[in-house]
Amino acid sequence: MTVWHIILLASIAVLGLKLVGYLVPPSLIEKPTPARVTNLLTVALLAGLIAVQTIGAGQGIAIDARLPALGVAAVLFALRVPFILVLIAAAATAALLRML
Amino acid sequence: MSSSERAADAARVAGRPPEERNAIRAALSVGIAVSAYGISFGALSVAAGLDVWQTCVLSLLMFSGGSQFALIGVLGAGGTGAGPSAIASAALLGVRNSLYAIRVSPIVGPGWAKRILAGWITIDESTAVATAQTTLRAQRIGFWLTGGLIFVGWNLTTLLGALLGDLLGDVSRFGLDAAAAAAFLGLLWPRLKQLQPIVVAVGAAVVAAALTPWLPPGVPVLVAALVAVVVGLTNWLGEKETRG
Repeated sequence: MTVWHIILLASIAVLGLKLVGYLVPPSLIEKPTPARVTNLLTVALLAGLIAVQTIGAGQGIAIDARLPALGVAAVLFALRVPFILVLIAAAATAALLRML
Repeated sequence: MSSSERAADAARVAGRPPEERNAIRAALSVGIAVSAYGISFGALSVAAGLDVWQTCVLSLLMFSGGSQFALIGVLGAGGTGAGPSAIASAALLGVRNSLYAIRVSPIVGPGWAKRILAGWITIDESTAVATAQTTLRAQRIGFWLTGGLIFVGWNLTTLLGALLGDLLGDVSRFGLDAAAAAAFLGLLWPRLKQLQPIVVAVGAAVVAAALTPWLPPGVPVLVAALVAVVVGLTNWLGEKETRG
């Protein structure tokens, strides 16, 4: 599997999922369980990705400058600082800690 | 057309109804703010090992921020060997777009060409702005304007970010790896308003971290998604909190 295969397969899957929704009768959304599972699925995947991006190192775990940087990001998101500024602050935190 | 009808028509052009002005205002502010994230996606994608073309194709074809960040996150950690996990993560994060499509389908209306185009730009933001409007016309304006603006803006800023990332070179020196985690946190943050999603988020993070040393890159995140399925199906911690 090359990077291009991965990109095209994943893109077709994501685009397909959007289009499938236009073929489904709206009555499905009135049932609470599929809607709840879908919303929680998004939450779980994002949280899992945060964990792996913060302390994962290949197939292993490493506690480094990424963890305090994530902490800074959490504080700034809580203070409703715009997304792009939070990312810059998180990156700067990690970069500074690595310089020390 | 009578003169009174013509007058009403002129008034409509000069001053749109307040509902429609609200829709336009919401679309503009959301569209411009969200487009700016494209810079971070472009830079992080190049940092994860994709080239500028691959990065731009993702924003054009996939066009769903969460799925795009997930794909490059898993590829960055595991390389092409993690391809199947990367595709699965992106697709699972894209499932919510199906739900959005069901919700905005009556707003978009009939016509298959229009619905395919609408499907392409059915994302968090276009759905949120559309469904927040009170009249059908305002909902339509909100959907198409938000989706269209973000599509153009996101793709332009992706290219800009990718070119910038290409120039930066060594990414950990600039803390871009930390910015990737922060990007996911930014997508997650607005969803953490009730106890149930907070518990799911913590549970999934713990599962993913605990499994990382034991499973190939990308797989721990997929296993962590099971937390959502279990809590969602049983509605553990659900009803009581959502009423409060």
